[in-house]
Amino acid sequence: MTSAPPAAPAMEASASPAPPARSGPAAALPPPRPVAAMTVFFALLRRDLIVARREIVSFLIRTALQPLLTVMVFGYLLPSMGFTSRGYVGVLLPGILAISLAFASLQSVALPMMTDFGFTREIDDRLLAPVPIGLVPLEKVVSGMIQGMISALVVLPMARLIMGPIPGLSVDNIAVVLGVTLLGSATFASLGLWLGTAIPPQQIGLMFSVILAPMIFFGCAYYPWAGLHKVPVLQYAVLANPLVYVAESLRGAVTPSLPHMPLAASCGAMVVIALLLWLAGHRSFWKRAMS
Amino acid sequence: MRSGAPRAPSVRTRIERRIDVTLIEAQPSIAPSAHAAIRTRALRKVYPLAPARKGAPRPGASAAARPGAAPATATGAPSTGVVALEALDLEIRAGEFFGVLGPNGAGKTTTLGILTTRVLPTAGEAQVAGLDVVKESVGVRRVIGVVPQRPNPDRQLTVRENLVFHASYFGIPRAIAEARTSELLATFEIADRADSKVDQLSGGQQQRLMIARALIHDPHIIFLDEPTGGLDPHARLALWETLKRIHREGRTIVLTTHYMEEADRLCERVAIIDRGKLLALDTPANLKASAPGGTLIELTLDGDAAAALDAARALPGILRAEAERTRLRAFAERGGESIAGLIRAAEQAGRTVVDVHFAPPSLETLFVSMTGRRLE
Repeated sequence: MTSAPPAAPAMEASASPAPPARSGPAAALPPPRPVAAMTVFFALLRRDLIVARREIVSFLIRTALQPLLTVMVFGYLLPSMGFTSRGYVGVLLPGILAISLAFASLQSVALPMMTDFGFTREIDDRLLAPVPIGLVPLEKVVSGMIQGMISALVVLPMARLIMGPIPGLSVDNIAVVLGVTLLGSATFASLGLWLGTAIPPQQIGLMFSVILAPMIFFGCAYYPWAGLHKVPVLQYAVLANPLVYVAESLRGAVTPSLPHMPLAASCGAMVVIALLLWLAGHRSFWKRAMS
Repeated sequence: MRSGAPRAPSVRTRIERRIDVTLIEAQPSIAPSAHAAIRTRALRKVYPLAPARKGAPRPGASAAARPGAAPATATGAPSTGVVALEALDLEIRAGEFFGVLGPNGAGKTTTLGILTTRVLPTAGEAQVAGLDVVKESVGVRRVIGVVPQRPNPDRQLTVRENLVFHASYFGIPRAIAEARTSELLATFEIADRADSKVDQLSGGQQQRLMIARALIHDPHIIFLDEPTGGLDPHARLALWETLKRIHREGRTIVLTTHYMEEADRLCERVAIIDRGKLLALDTPANLKASAPGGTLIELTLDGDAAAALDAARALPGILRAEAERTRLRAFAERGGESIAGLIRAAEQAGRTVVDVHFAPPSLETLFVSMTGRRLE
């Protein structure tokens, strides 16, 4: 590198043959290579998944422990004591899956966003990539979806193990299970993008108490939405909560014989909400990335 | 490094620029825009005033925090903002080592932010390698390398991974990226830390990692935002040598700094900016030649300096004198000889001298004469 000719031989060997005519007289340097957005997208995804793999233990503790403790109490202890009926575990399981899927997706995007846009702005090295800025948040959402699904995949067998046989459980319709899982994780990864870029890091604790806790308790995770007909106001109010659709669609997918919202309704709602959250998250990301 | 008539530098004496700058130097009649690596026209940036209640600091808007720059109306009307750049016209030639010199808050970081596609201009336009920084930002990012003011390595990755992954964000195949990473790690003397987490690097090592990262995709134009800010003198000298070497490879370098010496020693041309305005743009030699005659002597007094101004002006050998609050500033023909007279003048006016600053004709005296302020 210290002597002329200036071009690094390794780079020259693979340089693209199409130098932009306007690049000026720095012709001694290899011309810039055209870059496929897809290649960069997978490079970004690879980075996130490698980092996630290194933190798999703390990731699972963060996202799977709380649902499993809930399963322990509501799916094992209470039924053993006779306070709830055995049938309750069939209602609980999809809700628990929904919680782990949704909040693992959300956290996998929101928490890195907060450090990435923190004091040193680590994300800047990715924002310098020669691709449209929107590709970076899109990759974050996909990475969050993958991590959310991994968390749900870990919770499912363990919950089944703790709760014992679950009446009505059927994972026969894999396509439906996969479809609602993708939609649910996309919804909450987008929400994570939005919260992670719009909420100042010092208020993250508040975010968990004010937004996420009510979302879990009024998300129809511990009870089916149809059961809320006894409190009609609540039944309509909770429709603003995206977790309701994730839980209800998972009921339709893994315990189809138990009461649940029509799949078309819950999936349709998730498509709309995911799109809106993505738009809000993308906009918020853009505002943080550019000034 | 800089000698002779600066307007027509001999190509042969400038060994460092032997690669492609010769093209420009040999054809002085060529229209400058034909070889412009960077052009800006009437570039303006106004940061909207953040609503006071919103606690989140705006990223990359450090310029907005500078004091006194906001022409906020008395009513605090939201229509005004912080003007970071007034109307900047710049032209930087390909292969040039270009310096942007100015105090903190002058608009240096904003200028670099716009040129590196991270800050959107409010008005005007900017081109990098012939590409518009707003409409063709993807193409611009392909040809530039950026070294930020504060090292911002990816702290989740090791030193080596920082470089390999950054290369992959530019679509560079794995094998090439790894070869180039090893080469850069060796060049920047961090090969022994290759598999450490970046947190274990010293400040200087992190800075070198940032420069290595900016070079990993072999960009034509490198932007460095006050790269020597946090470095000790030894590391600074080493970095200067590195930058000269990168420049010799044929790259255009744009460097912001508030160190006069840095601009003087490294840059072929220097733009002096303050409060978002371009004050001067020339070679360091020409800029120094245009500095007002004499040595700058600045006394800081314990009270209003205006009282001593007349006596100071009457002293023999004082070419020019001015008072600004507690500062008495004089340009003296024969440097140090005038200090005693100035101190006496201040004391006769009933003031005590609390500080004396002294600078021979330089970029610094030029800057002071243009802005009425010192750089630091």
